[in-house]
Amino acid sequence: MRFRFRTVGALAGALALSLATGCAQGDGTGSSAKNTVTYWLWDANQLPAYEACAKGFEKQNPGLNVRITQMGWDDYWTKLTASFIAGTQPDVFTDHIQKFGQFADLQVLEPLDDLGINDSDYQPGLAANWTGQDGHRYGAPKDWDTVALFYNEKMAQDAGLSAEQLNTLSWNPKDGGSFEKAIAHLTIDRNGKRGDEPGFDKKNVKVYGLASKGGGYADGQTQWSSFAASAGWDYTDKKRWGTEYQFNDKTFQSVIKWYFGLAEKGYMAPLSDWNSQSNEGNVQVAAGKAASSLDGAWMISTYAGFKGMKTGTALTPEGPTGKRATMMNGLADSITKNARNKEGAKKWVKYLASNECQTTVGRYGIVFPATPDATDAAVAAYKKKGIDVSAFTEPVADKKDFTTFSYPITGYAADVQALMEPAMEDIYGNGKPVSSLDETNDQINLILDQ
Amino acid sequence: MTVASSSPPSRLPLGAAEAVAPVKKAKSRPGGDGALAALFIAPAMLGFLVFLLWPTLRGIYLSFTDFNLLTPAEWVGLGNYVRMVNDPIFWQSLWVTVEYVVLNIGVQTVAALAIAVLLQRLTQSSVLRGIVLAPYLMSNVVAGIVWLWILDTQLGIGNEIIAGLGADRIPFLADETWAIPTIAMINVWRHVGYTALLLFAGLMAIPNDMYEAARVDGASEWRMFWRITMPLLRPVLAVVLIMTVIGSFQVFDTVAVTTDGGPANATNVLQLYIYDSAFGRFQFGYASAMSVALLVVLSAITILQYRLTRAGQTDLG
Repeated sequence: MRFRFRTVGALAGALALSLATGCAQGDGTGSSAKNTVTYWLWDANQLPAYEACAKGFEKQNPGLNVRITQMGWDDYWTKLTASFIAGTQPDVFTDHIQKFGQFADLQVLEPLDDLGINDSDYQPGLAANWTGQDGHRYGAPKDWDTVALFYNEKMAQDAGLSAEQLNTLSWNPKDGGSFEKAIAHLTIDRNGKRGDEPGFDKKNVKVYGLASKGGGYADGQTQWSSFAASAGWDYTDKKRWGTEYQFNDKTFQSVIKWYFGLAEKGYMAPLSDWNSQSNEGNVQVAAGKAASSLDGAWMISTYAGFKGMKTGTALTPEGPTGKRATMMNGLADSITKNARNKEGAKKWVKYLASNECQTTVGRYGIVFPATPDATDAAVAAYKKKGIDVSAFTEPVADKKDFTTFSYPITGYAADVQALMEPAMEDIYGNGKPVSSLDETNDQINLILDQ
Repeated sequence: MTVASSSPPSRLPLGAAEAVAPVKKAKSRPGGDGALAALFIAPAMLGFLVFLLWPTLRGIYLSFTDFNLLTPAEWVGLGNYVRMVNDPIFWQSLWVTVEYVVLNIGVQTVAALAIAVLLQRLTQSSVLRGIVLAPYLMSNVVAGIVWLWILDTQLGIGNEIIAGLGADRIPFLADETWAIPTIAMINVWRHVGYTALLLFAGLMAIPNDMYEAARVDGASEWRMFWRITMPLLRPVLAVVLIMTVIGSFQVFDTVAVTTDGGPANATNVLQLYIYDSAFGRFQFGYASAMSVALLVVLSAITILQYRLTRAGQTDLG
């Protein structure tokens, strides 16, 4: 009898324990959930700007408050996907085109059609990218970025290359044009010989003309995308939600052959020098191992912050089409389908997309917000810091000489990345022929056909 | 799923199962300890059922479905297994994993045995034992990141030294031929002390009079190692091997922080491929099928090892 009593006690204890865990899922926020909007972002540099926005929002919406959580890029996506599964997702989060296709597939986003977002209120193309295949809007435009060439001013000077020269380079997949000449000239081997001088030792390079940015996955945003686009190539058969990728295109393959060929010639750092964790392109430039690197506008403050080194920026080179090309990508704010406070979330996203909030963000001079006015505010703020950002803004303003193109948006985005990453690294690192992309492209299109 | 089924907690259910037997006997004896035993077993049993048995069964079920976690699972029969057999990346992952295990376990076991014997025959110092164990106190992720920085081709201090000596820099973690051996050695560095200590415990169980008798007969240290130490250590060595091989097959964290499977899938070990399929590409059905395959491979290897090494028997006494 004594024992039975204990058993009952133990069972009761176990039951209580399981009930307690069950309760935790319900989230003990209770009524406060109605007054709070949770918001996630990954860029620590942008946190103060959005905190300022939140203050403005709370003033206009008494009783509502915004709780911002910031975490690093990798953790951000891991936690976000985990939160969708566990039901602990934020009400609003900063969204990236690279992930948008997958989230659309998984149906975890709330349509934002009733927010009254006008495409014309933002820089061209930014708002349209966030429309799903079903025709609904899933993101409110937030900011934008383009890609340009960052270079070490001292090294350029020593090589006799002026800012004007670097800003007017051109290239082609046959001989690389003046761009390849400049990159070769910026390259110096162990004996002090430049890449374009006789006797250059490509096996013992001290400073590479161009930093390694890895294989570039399926987008090549800061690797090969500017070259491929200025040669007239596009990722897919349609501008958005294409059903066929075009990595089997001969023009594209000739661009890739030339681009990774720069490493073979010793002008670009080899794949083995690159590591996404420890040695990205900006690190190679900061360490004096590379004279230049193609990089995105989100890196402006990083390059400007290098101690004891002045970096300049130049436009991407003019390609065979006679135009310069740069990827124009934009982030957006999305609301999760199972958001606890959907009403509050919609108000907050509407505010985030407003000229008022975006101008506040622009004044911090850390990112280009999506509305034209706020972009101007950001340009002015950068100028105040002594940073010239025209290499990033010019392509957006001048449609005659520039092509801007979007990050590829298709279904099965994660699968496409997973197949393209090793395929590109095989070409770059192991010298596999570019024609091997035919097979990869077939595999990708097969997945898209499902 | 496979992680749970073969990591240390899996010893809990074994212990629990052994303890179940006396419970039954106790029933027939008035005033026995049955209920009390059940009480003590309950937490372990609960853990076993909730965190091991149920996930394993569910994992096996999911391996026959198309499941992305957010929408209901769809039954696809053997679809995932057919895909797996035809997936070159799966076979490459399996091959890379085997390559890693052979290098990792081979070097680690020999080195650990050498360290253990030296600890037994040469010194009694607990400070030395502590030092040997030190790398094990570091988390795998931290060890991975530290070595990543040391071995970085351009900036790592390891490569600075190599270059300073006039040799060519070695892309330890960035070249397809070097990456797997490098990761295997990083994990040898971290685990060798722990393995050595396990073997050392086994060595301590060998009666000293055996060595004394051998010495009287004029046997050398070398001969004593092969004729006394090795045969008598066999059961312990076998258990250590089974445990380390299982752990080695499940290598994940070191790869995730150093190479993330690259370059060009050269270090895409099976656990990483499973993880990426599940949490990167939301193909939980396919990932479950690969997990089941890993479970089968590991079970087969464990049974084989157990048989071959006669791990359950001892030559002592």
